[in-house]
Amino acid sequence: MISIDLVFEAVLFGILLGCFYAAVSLGLSVAFGLLDVPYVAHPALLILGSYFTFLLSKTGLDPIICGLLLMPVFYLIGIALYRFYYETFERRSSDTGVRGLAFFFGIAFIIEVCLILVFGVDQRTVSATYIGSSLEIGEYRFPYRMLVAFCIAIFLTTLLTLYFSKTFNGRAIKAVGQDEGALRLMGANPVKIKQLAFGIATAVNALAGAMLIIVGPVEPAMDRIYIGRTFCVVVLAGLGSMSGTLVAGLILGISESIVMMTFGASWAPAVSFGLLLLMLGIRPQGLFGR
Amino acid sequence: MDNMRRKVIGTGTAALVAASVPGSLVFAQGTPIKIGMSMPQTGGLGAGGQAALIGIRMWVDDVNAKGGLLGRKVEFIVYDDQSNGANTPGIYTKLLDVDKVDILIAPYATNPTAPIMPLVKERGKLLMGNFSFQVNSKVQHDMWFNNAPWNDARGWSEGFLEAGKNAGAKSLAVFAADAEFQQNLANGAREIAKNSGWNIVYNQNYPGNNTDFSSIIRSVRAARPEAVFVACYPNEAVAIMRSVNEIGLGSQVQIFGGGMVGLQFTPVMQSLGSLLNGVVNFNSYVPGMKFPGIEDFFKRYTERAIAAKVDPLGYYLPPFNYAIGQMIEQSVNATKTIDNKKLAEHMRKTEFSTIVGPIGFDKNGERAKPRLVQTQFRNVKDNDLEQFRSPGKQVVVWPAVDKQGDIITPFDRARKAT
Repeated sequence: MISIDLVFEAVLFGILLGCFYAAVSLGLSVAFGLLDVPYVAHPALLILGSYFTFLLSKTGLDPIICGLLLMPVFYLIGIALYRFYYETFERRSSDTGVRGLAFFFGIAFIIEVCLILVFGVDQRTVSATYIGSSLEIGEYRFPYRMLVAFCIAIFLTTLLTLYFSKTFNGRAIKAVGQDEGALRLMGANPVKIKQLAFGIATAVNALAGAMLIIVGPVEPAMDRIYIGRTFCVVVLAGLGSMSGTLVAGLILGISESIVMMTFGASWAPAVSFGLLLLMLGIRPQGLFGR
Repeated sequence: MDNMRRKVIGTGTAALVAASVPGSLVFAQGTPIKIGMSMPQTGGLGAGGQAALIGIRMWVDDVNAKGGLLGRKVEFIVYDDQSNGANTPGIYTKLLDVDKVDILIAPYATNPTAPIMPLVKERGKLLMGNFSFQVNSKVQHDMWFNNAPWNDARGWSEGFLEAGKNAGAKSLAVFAADAEFQQNLANGAREIAKNSGWNIVYNQNYPGNNTDFSSIIRSVRAARPEAVFVACYPNEAVAIMRSVNEIGLGSQVQIFGGGMVGLQFTPVMQSLGSLLNGVVNFNSYVPGMKFPGIEDFFKRYTERAIAAKVDPLGYYLPPFNYAIGQMIEQSVNATKTIDNKKLAEHMRKTEFSTIVGPIGFDKNGERAKPRLVQTQFRNVKDNDLEQFRSPGKQVVVWPAVDKQGDIITPFDRARKAT
């Protein structure tokens, strides 16, 4: 018989876990959800962000500060990546889907191999005062590292939602995914807008990567674990919805947490993807998609 | 006369040059003896695999410095299996059919080794096991010889469960990954526990790629066990230890650990630091255990490991991988052949002298006299690699023959003990 206390704790922990999933999926939500770019290299860039955070944290800086400092660097990486993708595939070919997929898979493998060559295969972690301890409220314990992930997720989601709704460039990014031609008639350059969006998506990976290495140790091949979960969150949310990404992450996190508690951790991935299949059957555009 | 003089001087010079050539470079005519294997050099087991590889390469260099085997140079062929059992059948087929190796060594660990057992048995090849657990129990290959210091689950979990019983524990929680090694070990522990009167209050498995264990640790805590047995691989071990420290297990837990692979790897020990304190876990070698030749081995190993940027201490795997080479060397020298059947016959009835002590095998090719120890981490400080060189950080609590101190219980007290 499972106690109500345990269920309640599982739900609370699921919220923290869900926010973590949402935060690592936001960049993909922008690139894949808004721009239709098959950005399968997203988890690899997430891991790259974690490793850069690991390097920068050796100077004594807090990992979150490291993530923030890395955002402009990743923004430039994102711009360069998109530019190459656009010049090579989007501009020249109508078959950008498959070729783009192959390109970004290649980028993912190159990143993984480079990380192995430079850092080796050992797991890397960072230290901070809030890693390894937890907030105790009565009988409940919440790891501070998950609370940090929660705060970062809320911060990023709020920031991106405000940016896409309140700024010209943000609205242009949302528009370019809907009708590129119309946007061009409005006087905006769709290519530059997409470039900006991709840069933002990659910049978000820097902070999400910092959060990833705070939550747990990382190693170069970890992108394969997150590729399924991040795409699951983005599709469940509805392509391009930032707040939807947060809600989808929460659904995934809570369902995983409850199932891990009741049926065992082996069942958690099956239920997550089962939920996705159910959603695609009932509402294929996702929770918040149009 | 001048011609004669030139010839004499020339011959004499040639003789002088030949005499000055080190003996190690002079091999008898003949093709090299090929020894082949795959080794996890990337992936979850890569940290251990890379260190183990240095151990084997050291033996290859040492044996070639002595003139090789049967006067023939030893050529070592190794591929990276990426810690993935799906890769090893193809690699070992290549080793046999393309590289035409003479002697095979298994990859490190159970999960990459299990898939190649049917192949090796079908081909009638000798296979030197490399820290696998019970991979031959169903296949029953009669040319399998495992270097690991354990035999079956009894030698592994018996010590842990005995220590728990002595501390008054009666209820047990078991959780393990859904993979060959972890399930072999956990099932063994479950059976022993059931037969010796334990009450199993929590019993779960988890996917091998699980990265957060907060839910599992929370559920374990709610079940209120007095002992917790974990069977996991390195990536999981780190995440589990963090969750244990964050969530806690409850003050009733007497001992925690048992079968956690990874807590023997220096980078993992260094990263976990004081989180390790109190954990009772298996090990193959800790400082304070004496074997002939092992100190010299570690000295030479450390130099190579630092240059290769891998585990600089190398206690867990490297000396046992060097011992694989020593066993091959002793068998080849005794039988004067590399015929796998004859080597296997010799190995079956021989106790070898190695740098990890005497090694002999039972009829299944496992250790006739297991030499696994259960240790308890104590006084481990954060960010200090050198501390693990001295005795006292991993205190042997079982078996009696290697015991260095009594176990401290309960687990909460052991974590704070100095």
